[in-house]
Amino acid sequence: MGKISFQGSRLGKEAALRLYGEADLLELGSLANEVRHLLNPSPNVTYTVDRNINYTNVCVSRCGFCAFWRPPEHPEAYVLDLETLESKCEETLSLGGTQVLYQGGLNPFLGLSWHLERLRLMRSMGLWVHGFSPPEIIFMAKTWGMGVREVLEKLVDAGLGSIPGGGAEILSDRVRRAVSPLKCSSREWLQVMREAHLLGLKTTATMMFGHIETEEERVDHILAIRSLQDETGGFTAFIPWPYQPGKRTLRARKVGPVTYLRTLALSRILLDNVPHIQASWVTQGPQIGQVALHFGADDMGSTMIEENVVASAGVRFKVSETEIRELIVKAGFRPLKRDVLYRPLE
Amino acid sequence: MACDLSEERIGDPGLIPVAEKISSGERLDLGDAINCLKTRDLLSLGKLADKKRRAIHGEKATFIRNYHLNYTNICKNGCMFCAFHRGLDSPDGYLMSPEEAAQRVSQSPIEPLREVHIVGGCHPGVSLEYCVELLRAIKRARPEAHLKAFTAVEVDHVSRKEGISTGECLRRLKEAGLDAMPGGGAEVFSERLREVLFPAKIDAKRWLQIHAQAHELQIPTNATLLYGHLETEEERALHLLKLRDQQDRSRGFQAFIPLPFQPRNTRLSHLPGPTAMDTLRLVATARLVLDNFPSIKAYWVMMGKGLAQVALHFGADDLEGTIVQEKIAHEAGAETESGLTVEELEALIREAGLEPQERDTFHRPVGP
Repeated sequence: MGKISFQGSRLGKEAALRLYGEADLLELGSLANEVRHLLNPSPNVTYTVDRNINYTNVCVSRCGFCAFWRPPEHPEAYVLDLETLESKCEETLSLGGTQVLYQGGLNPFLGLSWHLERLRLMRSMGLWVHGFSPPEIIFMAKTWGMGVREVLEKLVDAGLGSIPGGGAEILSDRVRRAVSPLKCSSREWLQVMREAHLLGLKTTATMMFGHIETEEERVDHILAIRSLQDETGGFTAFIPWPYQPGKRTLRARKVGPVTYLRTLALSRILLDNVPHIQASWVTQGPQIGQVALHFGADDMGSTMIEENVVASAGVRFKVSETEIRELIVKAGFRPLKRDVLYRPLE
Repeated sequence: MACDLSEERIGDPGLIPVAEKISSGERLDLGDAINCLKTRDLLSLGKLADKKRRAIHGEKATFIRNYHLNYTNICKNGCMFCAFHRGLDSPDGYLMSPEEAAQRVSQSPIEPLREVHIVGGCHPGVSLEYCVELLRAIKRARPEAHLKAFTAVEVDHVSRKEGISTGECLRRLKEAGLDAMPGGGAEVFSERLREVLFPAKIDAKRWLQIHAQAHELQIPTNATLLYGHLETEEERALHLLKLRDQQDRSRGFQAFIPLPFQPRNTRLSHLPGPTAMDTLRLVATARLVLDNFPSIKAYWVMMGKGLAQVALHFGADDLEGTIVQEKIAHEAGAETESGLTVEELEALIREAGLEPQERDTFHRPVGP
């Protein structure tokens, strides 16, 4: 893929910060559009149909921004049993889904064989498993005394197909120490992605912004993704989404759509080597999700059959596949259903 | 540096004549307006509108400390797109007495209150005397607030009931304290759609005539367009042009307010309602076509506060107000809050990169 250049060179950190801080919203949007059309000249906007399955809400990471986790002894703590998992998978198949986004808390009571059994089940049912964000992989490696590569190999062997980009939050250890001190470090997050890409796995990358981080830290995050992508080429998409402050979580002023669109556009401009940028209608709602398609996003993410994590923070947007397609058409684009690897399904 | 890439590049050829006309100060015609309303090149259209907005309003975006009062939900019109109206015998129909209305307004936590926005249904029992008493009672309760009251539809209704001209009715209301009129009831200026959706309501000609009479009496008014139901882009464009023509003649319109149709609980609930793309294109087109309108409002109650914030970059210069007790859009399923604080409105504007400016009913800057 050719690199987008601005007067012959990529935007570096200083220029990126200046652009982010000073450019007008629509100017940023136009630049992002240019990059979007260079990387993806088709009028296609993709989306996928999958189900979020959260195998446990028990988590020892206790991040300040998360409303989903419960301590092991809590009455609402759960671990999905095999039968429930099977019925969720059956339901997904019956709704035309072919893949699951499979993630959970950092639960020390779950062993390697427990995980492998479930992966084998899902594979045997014909489902593609997009699962285990880097913090889960690092936690497994540490808990089981194994290397990251070894854990990944075992999971892949049992049916893991690709890795979601969650748990990146902000790739700054200053920020992580403050909001998620028990979660993996920036270096570890990038290490999992590097190992995964070297094993031939495709992954996405996310950024959760709008809590305590600075604009500079956002830019550093995006540039860290860009550097790793130069090395491995394994990221399929980048998904920036604003932190959703809830009643019980880290206090912050909720980021509005203008900041969201600016950040989305900046991501598209800087990540000239990442094929797709996803709009986050789950946090922004369908209206701003649609506007995002004119600010660099070329993917609408998933019409989620089940979503628990953002919903637990009190944000609940539900959009059907028909509605997603309508939104795309009315924005002037062509809807295209895809799989996890962004291959067209129609 | 980076911005070189975006140099006024317009992707949609339909927008090129629009851009040329705007830079040479020429007015947009029907074809231009339709091209704007249909363009897929959202950002090029937005940039033209934003430039125009900045030329008029600079870096400021305004809001008002106001209160919305709906004195009755009983209405004989029964429009298809409305979830607010009730019949005379409906158990949840209501009509506030002037005292009760004044009591509610006096309880508003907003201080100082700059405006009370008063609209209601066409209640068969509402007389001119009631309207006069209502205005007086509210003025007594909140002497500091301006009264923006009664759509052209209500003025027509009361005039007919009293057997007087609308001009006379307006004069009497003005004497009683009416400062300005809201822009509701215009719906969409299309006979085709009026027959289907709101046959009992006044037509475009009458609506415009009543606004012209108000303007003659030095009563400033607003104008609206209800969009996103069955109307075409051409009908939206014609609506804007009728408003522009009227403004050329009577000069009393202060603001244009696009109202996105809210389908829930209406007899059109099978329709999806407009998307953000329609909303932003209409806001931008309105800014460009309505060259004689000072203000374009992003009415957050119906748009959602997020989209209203974005609309400030597509030609809108005002977010309406604190509102507090909005009922009409909420009966139709609007999921927004029924009021915002001044701090929230200011934060929305600041985050959009603009300077918040409090205003009064006449769009004069007020406050610190």
